Amino acid sequence: MRRPSPRLLLACVLFILLALAPILTIFVGNDYPLIVLTRVLILAMAAVSLDLILGYGGMVSLGHAAFLGLGAYAVGIMTTEGVTSGLVQWPLAILLTALVALVIGALSLRTRGVYFILVTLAFAQMIYFVSVGLDAYGGEDGLVVPTRSRFSVLDLSDRTSFYFLCLVLLFAAIAFVAHLARTRFGLVLRGAAMNERRMRALGFPVYRYRLAAFVIAGALCGLAGILLANHSEFVSPSIMNWGRSADLIIMVVLGGIGSAVGPLLGAMVFMLAEETLSHLTTYWQLIFGPLILIFVRFARSGLIGLFPERSGDG
Amino acid sequence: MSLLIEQTLNGVQLALLLFLVAAGLTLVFGIMDFMNLSHGSLFMMGAYFAATFVPMTGSFVLGGLLAIMCTTLLGFAVEAIWLRPLFGRGHLDQVLGTFGLVLFFNDFVRLVWGAAGRTLAVPQMLAGQVSLGPSLTYPVYRLVLIGAGLVVAGGLYLLVQRTKAGMVIRAAASDRDMAGAIGADVTLVSTFVFGLGAALAGLAGLFAAPLLTVQIGMGDNILILTLVIIVIGGLGSVRGAFLAALIVGLIDALGRAYLPELLRLVLSPVAASTAAGALSSVAIYILLAAVLLVKPQGLFPARGAR
Amino acid sequence: MADLPLLSVKRLLKRFGGLIATDHVDIDVGAGETHALIGPNGAGKTTFIAQIQGELSPDAGAIIFSGRDIAREAAWRRAQQGLARSFQITSVFLQFTALTNVILAVQAQAGHSFRIRRAAVDEPALVEPAQAALAAIGLGDRAHVRAVALSHGEQRQLELAMALAMRPKLLLLDEPMAGMGRQDTARMTEILRKLKTQYSMLLVEHDMSAVEALADRVSVLVAGRVVATGSFAQIRADAHVRAAYLGEKHR
Repeated sequence: MRRPSPRLLLACVLFILLALAPILTIFVGNDYPLIVLTRVLILAMAAVSLDLILGYGGMVSLGHAAFLGLGAYAVGIMTTEGVTSGLVQWPLAILLTALVALVIGALSLRTRGVYFILVTLAFAQMIYFVSVGLDAYGGEDGLVVPTRSRFSVLDLSDRTSFYFLCLVLLFAAIAFVAHLARTRFGLVLRGAAMNERRMRALGFPVYRYRLAAFVIAGALCGLAGILLANHSEFVSPSIMNWGRSADLIIMVVLGGIGSAVGPLLGAMVFMLAEETLSHLTTYWQLIFGPLILIFVRFARSGLIGLFPERSGDG
Repeated sequence: MSLLIEQTLNGVQLALLLFLVAAGLTLVFGIMDFMNLSHGSLFMMGAYFAATFVPMTGSFVLGGLLAIMCTTLLGFAVEAIWLRPLFGRGHLDQVLGTFGLVLFFNDFVRLVWGAAGRTLAVPQMLAGQVSLGPSLTYPVYRLVLIGAGLVVAGGLYLLVQRTKAGMVIRAAASDRDMAGAIGADVTLVSTFVFGLGAALAGLAGLFAAPLLTVQIGMGDNILILTLVIIVIGGLGSVRGAFLAALIVGLIDALGRAYLPELLRLVLSPVAASTAAGALSSVAIYILLAAVLLVKPQGLFPARGAR
Repeated sequence: MADLPLLSVKRLLKRFGGLIATDHVDIDVGAGETHALIGPNGAGKTTFIAQIQGELSPDAGAIIFSGRDIAREAAWRRAQQGLARSFQITSVFLQFTALTNVILAVQAQAGHSFRIRRAAVDEPALVEPAQAALAAIGLGDRAHVRAVALSHGEQRQLELAMALAMRPKLLLLDEPMAGMGRQDTARMTEILRKLKTQYSMLLVEHDMSAVEALADRVSVLVAGRVVATGSFAQIRADAHVRAAYLGEKHR
């Protein structure tokens, strides 16, 4: 028997704490904390999906929020058109996101470094403008999603059930990404981030593995988008504002890149900081901006650095 | 015909505005391999300075000069305080650090100028319309802007192509190590380029202020268009940025004017106008995708740049 | 012609701007042969190796490997056909353990890597050959140390272990002794002498005693051109070579 790693323990503790959180609502007497926490979980899921390509794969995508928006819009549009069954909506929405990720990834992975960052940003912006141009579906003002996705076994309109659904899906995503990183596929992804030249010399066609990871990350982020549409019961282009893509990167780095569970920590702290600072002052970004710089300069290993990895690559 | 001329002029004018912002930024990318998201904020600051100093001094020229000066100084300060620690770090750190700067400037503007936008009147002297043909009148200010933009672009071309300083800048943009090897102080060059870039962004802000609403976030839109131009033109290439800006400006302006008509040939009028709106705003991104497929290094890469 | 050489490089040409780095080079490596490539610094040895491996593409010429011209193929395809390069400047995965470094090399030759059922370090099919390659090179007890924490000599050994784990038909060894002390050099020479019986090698090396001990044939590269090919004794006796290369080194 191996002792569980500090990170696994951290994940378990976080899961238990978050699972107990709905009790809070009983004390507070309203749903507000639960609503905020649900949002945290959903954004954390988007951040976890980004960690797969950013943290493990070394691909700095500045357009990840586009997949959040795609998933959300797919649900919003289908609901508007009368397709409310989750069994239809969700697979279609994920498929759509994966396809778009395939196209964007196939193009942008032809580039390196600064180019890759700019190109992912540009394509995300393109999708943003498409959503702005969707006059039939609210255009710039966005679209009200009249009902949440329908499942026969689960009522998503119940806040507590929905919270637990998000929680379970988030931790499934974390476990999936953490597992993926240890498999052959994950080794190739991480190896290519560390030393691409060596990977080619060993005989790996790096591009196709990266592309596969890009598609998986996109689809997973699409799932987060589906949840977001159901949570807010509203979708609008601002979901995939380029600032949102940057926020996701901040969450990943704040928590610790390439750690799967780190982005959850990052998302929690990010949202906490946003809530606290914005209560403190209207001009909270005046403080938050410099904080990011200070963080990047002095605490780059992220919060996960407090929980050392077990030696070895397993 | 007059629509074509008008939209072409509009396109060129947009292109020149974008080029002013892109020129400095592409050099920063090329020379420092630096991922800078904060350049649009300097454009915004330039516009706010202009919207403040021009009414204050009562003179477009004097206020404008003040605005450009302030933006330039701000550029130097930003480089020294905020960006220099990020040189030589990974691109990820640079994305985060400069994004932090974008957030900072947005709220800084909110604090100083308030959340509501500002407007700046077109200078009295240039307020009228000029007739360019039997059925075409065009605002004088926009014409002057095109002229001034061309002059600045020409001056920049001479500076980069014909002077010693320009030679060092080009060398540094295409191959940093080589420039270091021939004894150029790359840090000094980059500081100079940051200053120059800030001045140009300030100038663009000044020019744009009477055309747009001066507001928070105006830098973001410009920034992203600028980044597209830089990728299409090739990182580090001023010439590439100029040509790419022209292409993007013209596609944008002509697309908006003609796409609805074209699409009406195959779609119903309502569908055509909807599709045209969406299509013309994504047209430049489609162009970007096409360029990437054919030439991943951009259309006019700086020599030796990778 | 019953025995075609394993590798046959014909009229290989590479220019960088005005500079000719590889000037119509012809070199053969027979099956089982250890062919050493020597020459002064800047002669274009690493550039040559990089073209064989596929990191650089030649401007003209042919690279016939196992009967096929691979000069236009991607590096990863060449690696899968049995070309393994060890780098002059150590190029390993610094944040991975030594074992994982070699596991990746094994994995590269074990079909596609779209496998996500099990952790790679739990797959005997990967771990056992990787352990064996490490042991063969004398790094067996350092398997679980991160590459970044290995000494320079150990990193050089790891570099070689990774090349071996690819089960190559031909080893492209670019100065395996680079930066090593006398003792490490002797040890590495001994390791290579054992491997020599099992592998074909194209060996770039500066250390003349190592070349003498290992090479069946030696080619001398000067300014991108092969000026002589022959046994070590022949090369040492060649006045042309002495003038161009050995002479200036020994004086």
